[in-house]
Amino acid sequence: MMFSLADVPVVDPTSADGVFSLAWVVIALPLAGAAILLIGGAIAPKPFASFGHLLGCLLPIGSFVISLAMFISLLGRADDDRSLSQHLYTWIDTGTSGNGLHVGMDLLYDPLSALFLLLITGVGSLIHIYSIGYMEHDARRVRFFGYLNLFVAAMLTLVLAENYLVLFLGWEGVGLASYLLIGFWQHKHSAAAAAKKAFVINRVGDMGLSTAIMLAFVTWGSTSFTVISANAGGATEKTLTAMGLLLLLGACGKSAQVPLQAWLLDAMEGPTPVSALIHAATMVTAGVYLIVRSNFIFDRAPNAQTVVVIVATVTLLWGAVIGCAKDDIKKALAGSTMSQIGYMMLGAGLGAAGYAFAIFHLLNHGFFKANLFLGAGSVMHGMDDDVDMRHYGALRKFMPITFATFSMGYLAIIGFPGFSGFWSKDKIIEVAIDQNWVAGVCAMLGAGITGFYMTRLMIMTFFGDKRWEKDVHPHESPPVMTFPLIVLAALSVLGGVMLIGGWIEDFLAPVTGFTEEADPSIPGWAVSVIVVLIVAVGVGIAVVFVGRRDIPRTAPQDVSFVTRAARHDIYGDDINDELVVRPGKALTSGLLAFDTTVVDGTFSGGALTVGGLGALARRLQNGFVRSYALSFLGGVLLVVLALLAVNLA
Amino acid sequence: MHSVTPFIVLSSILFTIGAVGVLTRRNAIVVFMCVELMLNASNLALVAFAKQHGNLDGQVAAFFVMVVAAAEVVVGLAIIMTIFRSRRSASVDDASLLKY
Repeated sequence: MMFSLADVPVVDPTSADGVFSLAWVVIALPLAGAAILLIGGAIAPKPFASFGHLLGCLLPIGSFVISLAMFISLLGRADDDRSLSQHLYTWIDTGTSGNGLHVGMDLLYDPLSALFLLLITGVGSLIHIYSIGYMEHDARRVRFFGYLNLFVAAMLTLVLAENYLVLFLGWEGVGLASYLLIGFWQHKHSAAAAAKKAFVINRVGDMGLSTAIMLAFVTWGSTSFTVISANAGGATEKTLTAMGLLLLLGACGKSAQVPLQAWLLDAMEGPTPVSALIHAATMVTAGVYLIVRSNFIFDRAPNAQTVVVIVATVTLLWGAVIGCAKDDIKKALAGSTMSQIGYMMLGAGLGAAGYAFAIFHLLNHGFFKANLFLGAGSVMHGMDDDVDMRHYGALRKFMPITFATFSMGYLAIIGFPGFSGFWSKDKIIEVAIDQNWVAGVCAMLGAGITGFYMTRLMIMTFFGDKRWEKDVHPHESPPVMTFPLIVLAALSVLGGVMLIGGWIEDFLAPVTGFTEEADPSIPGWAVSVIVVLIVAVGVGIAVVFVGRRDIPRTAPQDVSFVTRAARHDIYGDDINDELVVRPGKALTSGLLAFDTTVVDGTFSGGALTVGGLGALARRLQNGFVRSYALSFLGGVLLVVLALLAVNLA
Repeated sequence: MHSVTPFIVLSSILFTIGAVGVLTRRNAIVVFMCVELMLNASNLALVAFAKQHGNLDGQVAAFFVMVVAAAEVVVGLAIIMTIFRSRRSASVDDASLLKY
């Protein structure tokens, strides 16, 4: 361990004042936007269609301006005075003071929230602006913007929460918004199914998070970060490990980590800006945020941290391998998101030394992945919504701006020296090598694979020969779509400045803990050189095997087992089917059979018996007067005999 | 004082004939007559016992039975008439619709 447990920072906010008391407005603006656009759009579709998209863009931009103002004021405060809280109102208040559940609608604004706020509102606003162009011909554009605003509002609630329950509110809001947006084109069966799949798999993760919240309440009597971080040391390691694993389960669901990764690739059914929003600014980053925010738990539960590292390492390779085989440009990028989130989780799993770099990579990834997805959307826009890269080729001449910005994102994600991804990925690998060389080596390998699949994607899309149909006329997208691309491209290039002088580490240190500079076994520059060489090999392989050959318009079927597996998402769906869906179906049909035979059988059996006896007894009512008379006589004789017997006895 | 025994024996014989007739005959009129026979058998017994005990209780009871029997004849014959009109038959076995 590079630090002692006593160094785990405690959340100890002071009451927010000045510009910080506007924290709630940051959430309220997009939330109001969602309400206005969804209700207004339903009541008066005509007027809203003319200005709804502008309103939908202005509100997140307003949030961004406030976030920026808060961030600048935060920089002006002392290092140890950068944690602020705002009590809005009492949300839940039960039991007598002390042993009941008391939850306030409390917000926490500290360096970690500050960075997330800027990412969500900044990148989110750019995606909103882009959507004006991308969704221009969609009849339900107002509703789309309403959902986007809801998504942003939920994510802002998540990162501004001061306790796990408010966080959970945002967490579920994100789940709802993603469901609505993935299934936005619900007339397509595949989109509706993908939305349901994302929702259901996320429920599995949510179960972990909600159980963790209950455990926190049982253990500490509170769900507040302030209370828990101050008293976490008092809990047993078993409790902390359980808490850590449950939080990880939640994080796996939202961040699409193995084994809850299957929804992410299907989520590509949503409109492309949604994919960008899910992958860059919201949703999948929530899991990483949760783990970094819960550092006071994880720092005391090394076993849980080890599991985080394992999950992260498996996922970063898993996603990278999937990315290699996909011909659908969005799915290839989705595989890469899985892989990159794996890097962030790896950083988060490495403890205090890695938290800051996980967040650093998360921010950079937010820039370049939003750039790449919006670039992919721009390509699709010009190619009549075709997503198959085998139908692209030579697009660099037809879409110069998209090509230029996409290239910046490409160089950033493969970690080309100087670009943002280089700095952040490199730092995570460095820490990983130092603390857990197996994970470190896997991360290096992942970097190589990233180089391969991203180069493959670039070559198939922008280079080589034209492979599109005659009636497709690729064209550059309108300025409203290219402007966000240019901004994001600039950020993808410049993201590394956050590392200058160790700024991001120092800035986040009050939240994530201080680490002393240790003597790494391998010097940092050596790791960088090795990683760059491995990436170069990956790029080289792609150039040789993809760039130098003709790319068939239809995917070849006589491929190796590995390729086939990767095309099928490494059989993630089949594994789920075998392990969960089929036993689940067997269980339900078994329960149904038990219900119909045993439970229903008991009751219907009783009813049948009574009914059968009744059927026999009613034969007595045969309608013949003389048989009734005989019964009379028999009865009378019996009475007489009984009387005689009594009298004579 | 005459012995009451012969009257009771006769009454029993009449009652038995009536009961067997009710159980075995199918013609509603005959069944009806057998019912009357049983009523009169019981009347005979009542009157005989009244004579033996030397009071009028039994005689009064016999009158009641006769009144009830008369009323019964009115209602019963009317029913038999109606059944006969609709079915052209006075057999009690034919009127067996009211069953399971």
